[in-house]
Order: sequence, then structure tokens, then C-alpha cells
Amino acid sequence: MQKRAVVSVVGKDQVGIIAKVTTILADNKVNISDISQTILQDFFTMIMIIDINDPNKLSELKQKFEPVEKDLGLKINIQLEDVFQAIHRV
Amino acid sequence: MAIAFTEIQETIRMVEMEHLDIRTVTMGISLRDCGDPDFNKLKEKVFHKITTYAKDLQATANQVAEEYGVPIINKRIAVSPIAEILGNATKEQAIDLAKTLDEAAKQLNIDFIGGYSALIHKGIAKGDQVLLDALPDALSQTERVCSSISVATTRTGINMDAVAQMGQIIKKTAHLTADQNSIGCAKLVVFCNPVEDNPFMAGAFHGTGEGEVVLSVGVSGPGVVLNALKRYPDADLGGVSDVIKKTAFKITRAGELIGRVVAERLNVPFGIMDLSLAPTNAMNDSVAEILEEIGLERVGTHGTIAALALMNDAVKKGGSMASSYVGGLSGAFIPVSEDNGMIRGIEDGALTLPKLEAMTCVCSVGLDMIALDGDASPETLSAIIADEAAIGMINKKTTAVRVIPVIGKKAGDIVEFGGLLGRAPIIGVNHFSSDKLIQRGGRIPAPIQALTN
Repeated sequence: MQKRAVVSVVGKDQVGIIAKVTTILADNKVNISDISQTILQDFFTMIMIIDINDPNKLSELKQKFEPVEKDLGLKINIQLEDVFQAIHRV
Repeated sequence: MAIAFTEIQETIRMVEMEHLDIRTVTMGISLRDCGDPDFNKLKEKVFHKITTYAKDLQATANQVAEEYGVPIINKRIAVSPIAEILGNATKEQAIDLAKTLDEAAKQLNIDFIGGYSALIHKGIAKGDQVLLDALPDALSQTERVCSSISVATTRTGINMDAVAQMGQIIKKTAHLTADQNSIGCAKLVVFCNPVEDNPFMAGAFHGTGEGEVVLSVGVSGPGVVLNALKRYPDADLGGVSDVIKKTAFKITRAGELIGRVVAERLNVPFGIMDLSLAPTNAMNDSVAEILEEIGLERVGTHGTIAALALMNDAVKKGGSMASSYVGGLSGAFIPVSEDNGMIRGIEDGALTLPKLEAMTCVCSVGLDMIALDGDASPETLSAIIADEAAIGMINKKTTAVRVIPVIGKKAGDIVEFGGLLGRAPIIGVNHFSSDKLIQRGGRIPAPIQALTN
């Protein structure tokens, strides 16, 4: 079943955040369908929409992100997109 | 329509910083087919049925929480009122059955199982009396079993004989668990107009109008509402209501989605969504602080009832549009020990027992998690229950009493219950006696409000 998930990355701005995060996605053959990014008072926020066929892959990706989270002091969340649709769309 | 960047940010903030969570997914399980003249067989059937239906509850809920990024704090079970299946069981057997429920909860890794209950708002049948006799021992010898007793409804009036017994039972339970700050009483709720599909403990049970098995959800989010209000410090009260409504809508939609996914994966029908705002002891996750944000220096001062009425109504208006099946208690909870703002209100002398009683007229439920002077007499406890029941009966709403007379503690002391149950300052009770009222016995007749046909 094709689903979309939202990856959000929050942390202090520094060199290489986008490169490292997207490398993990590419290595795991995950397609990114949308990406946006902003910096607010030194705080880096990136939100990506990715395509997911198997919800079990989410926890797998979460584990793969862990070393990057630690290295760069980031907080990375992955959530199925439905929850945003439910909250923000009538 | 694509979701905007700011909307995604808002959702993440709600979960990460404002304590948005699903407070409980509660599986209701009917035990009505478990009755058996052979008590050992009855126990076996009960244990087997619960542990079969709920065997994947914990794992599935955790998996869904992970995928959607919204935490599900508690997974719980509500069963049919146990008094109804006791048959000819003895008091000792009824205590034994409570231990069976406790075992089932432990095996499933569930923190509370509700439904060690009896509905005695009009009269007390044989099984009901056995359960009442067993209650103090059952509550003190088990960890996870919760009990609720219905002593009044608008339709039937108040069964004062039952109310009189409950005062004694609460006091006895307090004594039996005196070495743990009388914690046994925290697992016992006395209801007027109970609902059959409440997912929240300690008052959850699987009512007689319910199906074989059902999954109901209680969301939470005082922190989200508080933070939303903080962004509109200058809104007038209509604006305040609007902010709360919108926030309640969003919280409820998240809850309904997650609840439905869990129910679908467990292959169980989705029951209801309970819209109650339930506080925790986490920083800024307090219902009292919402009232203070609306404009009170301390919860309990003049204006508290008005602010609470506004908030409770706005939560319902927003939530009811967000869910297809609203049920349960659906209103604001105001437990004292589980809400830092309420605790501070009492410590500062702003919030008193009479004010708490008045608050229960305009919000859901009642006197909840209130620690009382350990010397309060059984008759006084019964009279407190009778007052709450009268409020519920006349106003056609649910009210409940979950008070803990903490043996050995006096007004002004602080008692720590630990974990989810929090801590509470001891409140003194009125020293004038209500003994005669309770000793008269009988029933307070159903009010004129009951005659609606």
C-alpha cells in the first residue's frame, strides 16, 4: 500500500544536515516527493514528504537516522501523513 | 490538498512540546458468557477471554503510535460489571476473582483493568452485595483492578442504603492500605449517572448495552489548549471560546484517526471518542492553568465556575464535530492530585472542597483524587457522596466521588501517591455531623426531572 510520510528535521544550523539526511533516504531507496526548509533564529527546520510502501519501514528508517541525530544534535521525526490530514483538513 | 509547512510545524510542536497524546485506548470486553456454577471454571473463562481478546492490544497500540508519531500513553481494559457474573459466589471467591483480573492485566502488561463494579442505584442484588463485601479486600490485595459503583441516577433517585455502605467501604479500604497512603481508595469511584462506554480509569466498565468487544479512545491535551490560549492574550471571551474549540477539534481528530487505526488492526469495532481534557502532573499539562490563563490569579477564586463552564462547553463544541461517535464522559476532568495547578490552588488556600463541589456542576465528573483528613467518618464520606449524587441527579449529568481519606494524615499535610496518581494536599472536612441523614437509610426518590415521558 502506497503511503506518504512526513520527515521533520529540527536542530542547530550547520554544514551537511541536508546531505546526511537525504543520503540515508537514498541509500534506503526512499523517494522524496517534496522538501522545504527554513532557518529561524539559528534553528534549522526541514520537512520532507516521502513515499512509503511498507509502514514497517518507518521504524527501520528511524533507527538509521539515530547516528545522524546524535552526530549533529538533531531531532528527526517520521510520521505517516494521514495524521496531518486529519488534524488540519475538514 | 497539500499540507502547509506551518501546519506540519504546528502538529510537531503539539506533540513534542505541548504534550498532545492519546491518553488511553481502552478495550471493552463482555464477560456475560463467563458465568458458571463451578467457580474455578468461571475464573478460567474470565482469564482466557480477557487474555485472548486483548493479547495484541499493547503491541498494536505501540506500533500505531510509532507510525503516526502520536504517543498512546495507556492501554486499558474494561469488563462487564463483575457483580453480574458472580452468581452464588462467596465473598472469598469474589476476592479471588479480583486477583484473576489482576493476573490478566499483569500478563497483558496493562496498568489498569476496570469493571470490578456493581450497579446498585435502585437496589442491591445478591451478587452486588457479595462484591461490596469483597471490595475493601479486593482493592487492597490487587494492584491494577479498578472498581466503580453506581449509587444514583436521575431516573431512579439516590440509593442511600448503598451510599451508606460506600462510606464504610471507602474507610475500610483506606485502613487496609494505610501503609501506602490509603492508595486503595484511588481505585474506587462512586457514580451517579455512570456512562457505559467511559474509557478513563478508575471508572471504566463495559456496560450492558455494549457489544462483545469494542475499542474506545480518550484523548488528552490540556497543554495544547493552554499554549494555544497563550498566543491570544487579548482575545475577548468569545475569542477564547473559539481558540479552545479549534484546538479541541484538532486534538480530537488526531485521537479519532489513531483510535480507528488501532481498532481496525485489532479487528474490533471502534466504540466512542471521549472528549475529556485530562491533566497530568507534567509541566503545563494542567486544566487549572487553562482557567488561570483565561483570567484567574489562582484556580478556586471567584470566577472559577464561569471560566470552567466556558472551557468545558468549548471543548465539547469543537470535539463533537471532529468525531463521528462522541461518548464516554466528554468534559473536563479536575482531579486534584494529577493537576499541578489544582494542587497549587489548594496549597495557596484559593481552592476549597465546597468550591470543588460547585465546579462539578459545570464540568464532567466530580470530586476526583481528593485526599481527605484520615479522621473523616464513614458517615461524612457517605454524605459527601450523597451531595455529589444529588448534583448529578438533578442536573442529569454524571458525577463521581473518588476521595482518599488518608489514614494518619491531617489537613495541611501533603501525601505522595506516586506515578500517574500524583500528590495531593490533605483537605479537612466539615466537623459537624451528617450521621442522622445517613442512618435514616432508604432512597431519595427520583426527581421530577425523571418524568420525561
